[in-house]
Amino acid sequence: MKKIEAIIQPYKLDEVRDALKNIGVDGLTISEVRGHGRQKGHKEVYRGMEYEVDLLPKIKLETVVPDARKDEVTRAISAAARTGKIGDGKIFVFDVAEAIRIRNDDSGELAL
Amino acid sequence: MTLRRLAQGSIFVSIWAGNLALAQSAQAAAAPGVEDRLNALDAATKAAQSAGDNAWMLTSAALVLMMTGPGLALFYCGLVRAKNVLATMMHSFILMAVVTVLWAVYGYSLAFAEGNRVIGGLQYLFLNGVGTAPNADYGATVPHETYMIYQLMFAIITPALISGAFAERMKFSAMLLFTCLWSTIVYFPMAHMVWGKGGLLNAFLGGPIPCFDFAGGTVVHITSGVSALICALYIGKRVGYPKEPMKPHSLVLSVIGACLLWVGWFGFNAGSAVAANGLATSAFVATHFGAAGATLGWLLVEWLKHGKPSVLGGISGAVAGLVAITPASGFVKPFPALFIGFAAGIFCFYMVSAVKNKFGYDDTLDAFGVHGAGGTLGALLTGVFATREINDGLKDAAGKALPLGLVDGHAGQILNQAIGVAISWVLAIVGTLIILKIVDAVIGVRASKDQEVEGLDLSMHGEEGYNLEG
Repeated sequence: MKKIEAIIQPYKLDEVRDALKNIGVDGLTISEVRGHGRQKGHKEVYRGMEYEVDLLPKIKLETVVPDARKDEVTRAISAAARTGKIGDGKIFVFDVAEAIRIRNDDSGELAL
Repeated sequence: MTLRRLAQGSIFVSIWAGNLALAQSAQAAAAPGVEDRLNALDAATKAAQSAGDNAWMLTSAALVLMMTGPGLALFYCGLVRAKNVLATMMHSFILMAVVTVLWAVYGYSLAFAEGNRVIGGLQYLFLNGVGTAPNADYGATVPHETYMIYQLMFAIITPALISGAFAERMKFSAMLLFTCLWSTIVYFPMAHMVWGKGGLLNAFLGGPIPCFDFAGGTVVHITSGVSALICALYIGKRVGYPKEPMKPHSLVLSVIGACLLWVGWFGFNAGSAVAANGLATSAFVATHFGAAGATLGWLLVEWLKHGKPSVLGGISGAVAGLVAITPASGFVKPFPALFIGFAAGIFCFYMVSAVKNKFGYDDTLDAFGVHGAGGTLGALLTGVFATREINDGLKDAAGKALPLGLVDGHAGQILNQAIGVAISWVLAIVGTLIILKIVDAVIGVRASKDQEVEGLDLSMHGEEGYNLEG
């Protein structure tokens, strides 16, 4: 099993969810996060006081899929979240040791 | 007099008008005499005028209270971080209760009873003798009690303005004690000097130094703004200032607050005519024009200097203009009002950005940069633009209106204004320093570092402004 973690632009969330739904990925978790990669922040000025805002709002999306589906899912996320500009985000893939469904103790890929 | 003659005339006409009139005059002979009817007519006319004036003054009093809550409370609370939103609103709201009690017990008396040049007497202690009968010195057509409650609203908002300087770091108990002492030592004497009968600066009720302050440029804005600077210097910077970002948490709330202030200010300035008359209209128009001019002035320099016209700049400009026009309203024509506002918008922009950053004090919400600076500019420019064409309240022995400001050819008025400004600056600086020393010795002025970092909402009041989950 692989855990796929994608940091994307907040406004791209709906497109990414649609793309995942279309290929049958139902389970996912999202959180609102802040961060930056190569994207520079922006400047805000309040009564002459300047603030560099470099931690920008992003969405972190997590889903765990069977090994065989890894490439298909990352491609779907990447295609849906891409604008071609700096700030589109990143995808990270992790190995998952175990998965357990709390309701009935199903484990492994059966629990996904 | 004129009215009485008119009334007599109409009775003569009716007597000349044939049978009907004869019947009437027969009735008149039987019923109360002409003199009685005239007296009744006089009384009815006075009652009608009193009703109109009183309706406007009570409305104005309510408008001025609305400036504090929710106007100023919203304007200020939007500018702080979310963890201090309630505490900042409370700094305004609580004064609606605290100052009211001070005012009723001794505040109104110290400000408006006849006393010496600096402070009023104790005749009105516990509002003794302040009833529905008018006080001719302050408002011949409205109940004395109306004038008292109207002036109370000014006494409430003035210390609330100061809270902008110590927002996000003052202990609540210290803030309460500070306010009680400040109202007593700074506000009541200043109000007496400028507006109280026989006060040192009262141009209209026998003051030796005639300083024009229609609605509180010196009494309200200089005293609060300069005291705010002293507070900011004494209490020190917020933890992390200016390294950590301390962005306004909701400019939306501030815009709503600023708009409520703008509307409420019509009660503040036009109400200061203490009548629903032409002078009130002049003050109303000047107020609005001042706000408009300052909005544009601030935005113009900000756009040129920073490349973008900010919404915060627009609303800050409006408030700066309203501050500057406060002493001048009721004395100046519409276009000078627009100019005073425009100048205040530019001046206050530099005060809150360039000057504050240069000296590095943490006047958190710019109470000094807007109220102290704008009030001072407005008070001085009143000496330039005040004209008898708007306000003929000062008359010579022959009943002719005296020239007021430079535009009337009376350049000396600028000096009078400067003296008024200087007195309010000195009183604010000395009074506030003494009060802060006392409060610091008794309970400590500043919240602990832990309390400040946690946020005053939780540490002072045990609650949070936004509980958005669930």
